[in-house]
Parts: sequence; C-alpha cells; structure tokens
Amino acid sequence: MGYLRGFAVTFAKMFEKRVTVPYPDAKRAKPERLHGRHVLNRYEDGMEKCIGCELCAGVCPANCIYVRGADNPVDDPVSPGERYGYVYEINYLRCIHCDLCVEACPTQAITETKLFEFSFTNRADAIYTKDELVVDAETGRPQHLPWEDWREGEDLATSGWMRATSPSGDATQVGRVAWSGELGYGVRSPEVGQSADREPGEGT
Amino acid sequence: MILAADPLLVDGIDLTVALIVLLKAGVAFAMLLVSVMLVIWFERKLISDMQNRIGPAMAGPWGILQTLADGIKLFFKEDLLPTRADRVVFRLAPYLSIIPAFVAFAIIPVGGDFTNGGDGTVSMFGRSTLLQVADPPVGVLFFLALSSIAVYGVMLAGWSSGSKYPLLGSVRASAQMISYEAALGLAIATVFLTSGSLSTHEIVVGQSATTWNVLATGIVPFGIFLIAGTAELNRPPFDLVEAEQELVGGFHTEYSSIRFALFFLSEFMNMITMSAIAVTLFLGGPAGPIVTQRLAWVWPLFWFFLKVMAFLFTFVWLRATLPRFRYDQLMDLGWKVLIPAALGWFLLIATLDTARDLGWPTLPVVVVGVLALWGGAALLSGAVRKARAERLEEAEAHRDERADSTVGHGEA
Repeated sequence: MGYLRGFAVTFAKMFEKRVTVPYPDAKRAKPERLHGRHVLNRYEDGMEKCIGCELCAGVCPANCIYVRGADNPVDDPVSPGERYGYVYEINYLRCIHCDLCVEACPTQAITETKLFEFSFTNRADAIYTKDELVVDAETGRPQHLPWEDWREGEDLATSGWMRATSPSGDATQVGRVAWSGELGYGVRSPEVGQSADREPGEGT
Repeated sequence: MILAADPLLVDGIDLTVALIVLLKAGVAFAMLLVSVMLVIWFERKLISDMQNRIGPAMAGPWGILQTLADGIKLFFKEDLLPTRADRVVFRLAPYLSIIPAFVAFAIIPVGGDFTNGGDGTVSMFGRSTLLQVADPPVGVLFFLALSSIAVYGVMLAGWSSGSKYPLLGSVRASAQMISYEAALGLAIATVFLTSGSLSTHEIVVGQSATTWNVLATGIVPFGIFLIAGTAELNRPPFDLVEAEQELVGGFHTEYSSIRFALFFLSEFMNMITMSAIAVTLFLGGPAGPIVTQRLAWVWPLFWFFLKVMAFLFTFVWLRATLPRFRYDQLMDLGWKVLIPAALGWFLLIATLDTARDLGWPTLPVVVVGVLALWGGAALLSGAVRKARAERLEEAEAHRDERADSTVGHGEA
C-alpha cells in the first residue's frame, strides 16, 4: 500500500508554511548583491564622486549610458577633482544590469541599488537623468522617485556587488577595503567573500 | 402521480402547494448556484493549501468572491464561434450539459428528521413536505438517465466544434463515461437490492431504520461507486478528457465566454450532485443525531452538508495527490476490474438475500458464494492473461516476419 503515502504527503502539506509571498502587499527580502537601478554616489562631505571620465559609457555592452564631463567651476566645485560629470543619463529600456559600469568606475561613483520595481508609460521617461540618479544631498540615500516602489530598508545596501570582490574584480583583493566612504554611510565594510571562515578586512 | 410519494401532493394540488413546490425549486436552484461558486473557491483554496501556495486571496475575504469575479469576466468576453463548427449543436451543447446538472439535484433529500423512525417530513406553511424538490419512485434511475444526457453534452460539444482536440477529447469522454457508468450502475444496483426501492427518500428512510448502506452492502460497492463516480465526473486521476498536455482543453477547447462558463459550472455542479448521491445512497443522507431541540431542523441539513463536504474534500485530495491514468489503464480498470467486481458483489448480495428469504444457513452460503466468485475471478484473469499472451506472440511473429523481409531486401 505504498502509494497511499502520497495522500499523507498532500494532507500534511496543508499545515505547512506557505512559500508564496503576496507580492504587492509584502516583499521577499532581496539578495544583497542584486542588480537594480543605479545611483550616483557622493563623498562623505557631499561632493559628487563622478569625474565624467566616461569609462562606464565605454564599457557598457548595451550602450545605455550617456556621459559628458566638464571642468569644475572654480568657485563652486561639484566633485573634488578637476572634472565632473555634468550630463549623466541611463536608458533603462536598454540597460541589462550587468554591473560592468560599476566595475569600470575608478571612483566608485556609480553603484546599483536593489530596486527593480519601476515602470514607465513612454520611452522618454525611461531615461534617468543625473538629477534622478544622484543620491540625496542631505542623507546620501537613493532618491525615492514617485513611480518607484521603495520599501523600508530597501535602500541600505546600494553598493553590495562592489564590496563583494574589489573594484577591479581581483580575487586577492577580496575582503580588503579599496573604496572611499559614502555620504550617510561612511566607509562600508567589505563582504566576507567566497570563503566564509575569513574575517572581514582580513585579506588573503 | 409520479411525484405522489411526497405527502405535499397527496391531497390534491392547490395554490399553496404549487407555491411551495416553486419555492423549493427556486431555493434549490439558488443554493446550487451559490454552492457551485463556493465549491470552485473551495477546490482552488484547498489545492493551493496542499501545494504550499496561497490560492485566490484578493477578491473578497480569503478570495471567496473569486469565482464571481471570474464569472463576470467570462460573461463579458467575446463569444467565439469557430468557422467549421456546427452552429446549432455548438450552441446547444452547453445547455445539454448544465440542465441535467441542475435537474439531477432535485432528487436529493437535503434535510428532514430521520431519527427515531421519522420519515423526514417537515412542516412548511402548514403543509408537511419533504426537503427535496421531487421524489419520483424511479429516483436514482432518473439520476442515471440525466447523467447519460450529460454525456451527450460533452460528446456533441466536441463533435460540433469542428476541431481535432475537442473531437479527441469528446471521444475519450464518451468512452470513459459510458464504460464507467456500467460500474456505477452496478454499484448502485446493490443499494437497490438492500433498500428494496429506487426512491431516494425511501432509501434514506430504509437506512435510518437499519444501518447505513455503506455497511449493509459491505463497503465494496461504496468503493466502486467512489472510483467510478470520480471517473464519471472526469476528475483527476481520470481527467483524460481534459488532459491539457495532449488535448489543450479537451471537449471545450473551442468554447469561450459564457458557454465555457456553463461547462465549467456543470462540471462542478456534477461534482456536488455526485457527492450528494453518494451521501444519499451510502451514508444515510441527512441522518444524524439531533443535538439540540431548539432549531432541530438545522441539524439534518448540517449533517448532510458535513457528509457532502467530506466527499468534496476527497475529490480535491485525489486531484492533489494522484497523477493521471494512461488511457489503456483507465479502460483496464473499468472493464476488467470494476465491472466484474461490481457484478460479482451484486450476485453475492443477491444470493445472501435469497438465502435469507429461503431460510438457508448463512455461513455455507457465504463460503460457497465467495468460492464461486473466486473461481469466476480466476477464470476471468486466466482468460485475460491468455488473450494478452496470444497478442504478444502474434506481435512477435509479425516483427520476425518484418525483420526477415527487410534482411531479404538488404541482400537483394
């Protein structure tokens, strides 16, 4: 009568925990390194990190990034260096969220949040401009744009993938801090990496 | 005088009687519609429970209005008519399916006090009547006849669609429903034998006087009825009729909009009716202890509801657990197992009845009867085995022949 065991299985399932999350009302916790929409970060003093070097635009396989650099105004500099990105646009109808721009960036200016719940009703709205991408000047948090679905705590790990390895993707750099601090968060601690027994910051 | 078994109709028919009959029919119709809605919700909710899901949750509390929402949606959908369809029959088929489903429920006694020799009559507007829409003396035969008409609905729907999947689905459906109706009928015949009546009311009264038929007929007919009933309803594991992987939607592939909804409704309505028939024939109908004297009339309804729910739960449970039968397995089970078993058991019960009437000793009769059945079963299985062996041999010879001929060609 082995086939009767199947009935016990289905019966017992009725009292188990459900795997379904009633999505729009509740959200499943997202993985730390999920690739979502980008942010342009600021240094802890509020200066923008982007230097307008266009490496992100060069590396982008989907050609979705458009950057124009300009010399910093002498009396009111936007970034600490010589130049800053004065146009920065990402077309989210093209972006494939591969994170190559994040790896290419020499100043960790661009990182990805975990947000993917946003939509548009026309093509022009799909192009995020610098005003929308750059983090809030007071708190350093990503801007919660009205058509995006941000929930409590979802804007915390906005640079997860970058801190998982190193900016250059070199395995010997795992666990070593090689990035600058960010407005509102300070210097973020590195992830442990592939081998769990290693302490954060220990290196190889 | 076909409805005369109901005490309501014995003393002639006046306006009150007519109104009571109309009221009963109306209430039964409305209740059936509402309960179909709830049963569809119940099935979806329960099967999602058994699959670690949530199921419908948005429409109304716990998604209880989901079926209503689906129905309204279907109502406003475009009603497609395939070019190759036989227009008249295509439009007629859903009604051939839904009307028997509604009418069959009329013979089910849903309430009434059957305890302590009660005959199940209730008082309604000063008249005593039965809590069932009609009690024809041929009650259960009426049910079998209607379920045969429902086969026409399915068959004509598939045939008139002018499309291959519905046609295949309806061929399967009619073959399956006809062959399982034989086993179903034989299982029910055992009940007639013990109850001595075809009227559902009489059957329920008979069970409250002695014991429930599930024991009186010795469980086997009950098991056969359950299996054949599931097959008759085309429900899993016997849902070859609508095997999505092979036949898209089966006989209703070409149907859309409200016509599809009618098929869908009748399917679930048949599920309720089959459960109710099983309760009536085998589990004493609405019989059960009257716990409180206040609102005493509620208790039979409650017991009836509880028993029907147990069957509905079982149907959903079967669906959640068992994979679909293969077509030849289905036919094997029906013709080589269920029909002989039902027939044999029927003969055994008949023999015991006769033996009791003639005053023969019970034990020898049982022993001889079981031995005779066993002998019959052995003969049958021997015949089946021999036929299969011969077929295999023939196939083998045929294959050898073909192999020889291909070799010959190769050499030439």
